[in-house]
Amino acid sequence: MLTIGVIAIQGAVSEHVAALEKVSSGLNCKIETIKKKGIVSHCDGLVIPGGESTTISRLLRFEGIDKELLDNEHIPMLGTCAGLIILSSYQDKDVEGLGLMNMQVKRNAFGRQAESFELSLEVTVFDSPFDAIFIRAPAIKQVGNGIDILASVEDYGVAAQQGNKLALAFHPELSDDLRFHKYFLQLLDSSS
Amino acid sequence: MQKGGVIMDVTTAEQAIIAEKAGAVAVMALHAVPADIRKAGGVARMADPLIVSQIIDAVSIPVMAKTRIGHFVEADILEALGVDMIDESEVLTPADDQFHIEKLHFTTPFVCGARDLGEALRRINEGAAMIRTKGEAGTGDVSEAVRHMHAIMGKIRELKGKSEQEINRVAREIDAPADLTAETAEMQRLPVVNFAAGGIATPADAALMMRMGADGVFVGSGIFKSEQPEVMAKAIVEAVNNFDDPKALAEISKGLGLPMKGLSIGQIPKEEILQTRGW
Repeated sequence: MLTIGVIAIQGAVSEHVAALEKVSSGLNCKIETIKKKGIVSHCDGLVIPGGESTTISRLLRFEGIDKELLDNEHIPMLGTCAGLIILSSYQDKDVEGLGLMNMQVKRNAFGRQAESFELSLEVTVFDSPFDAIFIRAPAIKQVGNGIDILASVEDYGVAAQQGNKLALAFHPELSDDLRFHKYFLQLLDSSS
Repeated sequence: MQKGGVIMDVTTAEQAIIAEKAGAVAVMALHAVPADIRKAGGVARMADPLIVSQIIDAVSIPVMAKTRIGHFVEADILEALGVDMIDESEVLTPADDQFHIEKLHFTTPFVCGARDLGEALRRINEGAAMIRTKGEAGTGDVSEAVRHMHAIMGKIRELKGKSEQEINRVAREIDAPADLTAETAEMQRLPVVNFAAGGIATPADAALMMRMGADGVFVGSGIFKSEQPEVMAKAIVEAVNNFDDPKALAEISKGLGLPMKGLSIGQIPKEEILQTRGW
């Protein structure tokens, strides 16, 4: 039985849970939400949803979940929007990325709420474009060794993979297209 | 993406930075917190755009600001300033007693207050992307927010298992669009996020609203009218994440200093009640 943990501190938690339930139906798979320490190490895969990176970063530290994520860096992880920032090595006065992926990112790279947009995105690992929803989205400025950019907007990377870690600048859980969640499930299979 | 978070009222860039550091998911930029608006009386309007801009420049989290009910030009100005969400708010003096703002005409999303399901669905039909209970702002008395949350959630539960005809009848009774009422019945929740607001003053108040089914909370005067705003702000953020864990709430609630003094709803003359503004 596989357990997928969804960090449930703040943000699009229920949407990710619903998407994961859909893609894993029929498989022997349990979705668990994580608000406290003590669960991360039992998981076969982890999702860090979008929300406000300042809030998520502070509460990950307050709850001690940040250390657990670092101690269990072998687990496949999917970070979306704010989750992408948490997986990166981003640092500022309010947000501490965990450095689990070798990339430099920019917060709110595309502007404020009113500049949010939807885009038909070419993704290297899919045959047809993915309708991606960007809300005050971050972006990848630069990547290091061992990391592949799967999709780009302008000069920025907006989807990247490093081994069993997947980071997306947009919100795949808000669209009906479940290909990224399915892709993430495959990363779990190949790790276990 | 504010779900599961705390949105805090602020009146200066310094306060906005305190809110951001505490873990707020957004700040609401105001010229005065509701407790002071209540005290000052007179006509309450949109905040000075200079203050709103200073707050936008000071923080990386979303900034919201309030427009008077029906005042679509204040809303235009707030959109031009680049605020991330506009609150069409009963805390300010209404500008129109017949029409709320046609929110679908704006790119910037709106949040609106509601006291019951009909009011919530009317606002959603006008284009509101987020609903909050009205509560009674600036009082530190959570009882009205509780009443409004009961009214909304209770009515949604009543819709469960009803036939299409029966749902249509309820929609007429509560003066709400039939399609949105049917959607709410089916989803067993509002079609947009539903936050609690109005009178939330302590971590326990915030957790109470989350336990009642709120998707997050607004804290107005409760932070910067408390004795130790930084401590209170952090504690309320932590309480919202731990709303269903009494032991954690007990720890979080220790030694926070005095919450805002407050004003119980029974002490307020009828003509000074804010929640009855709008319909």
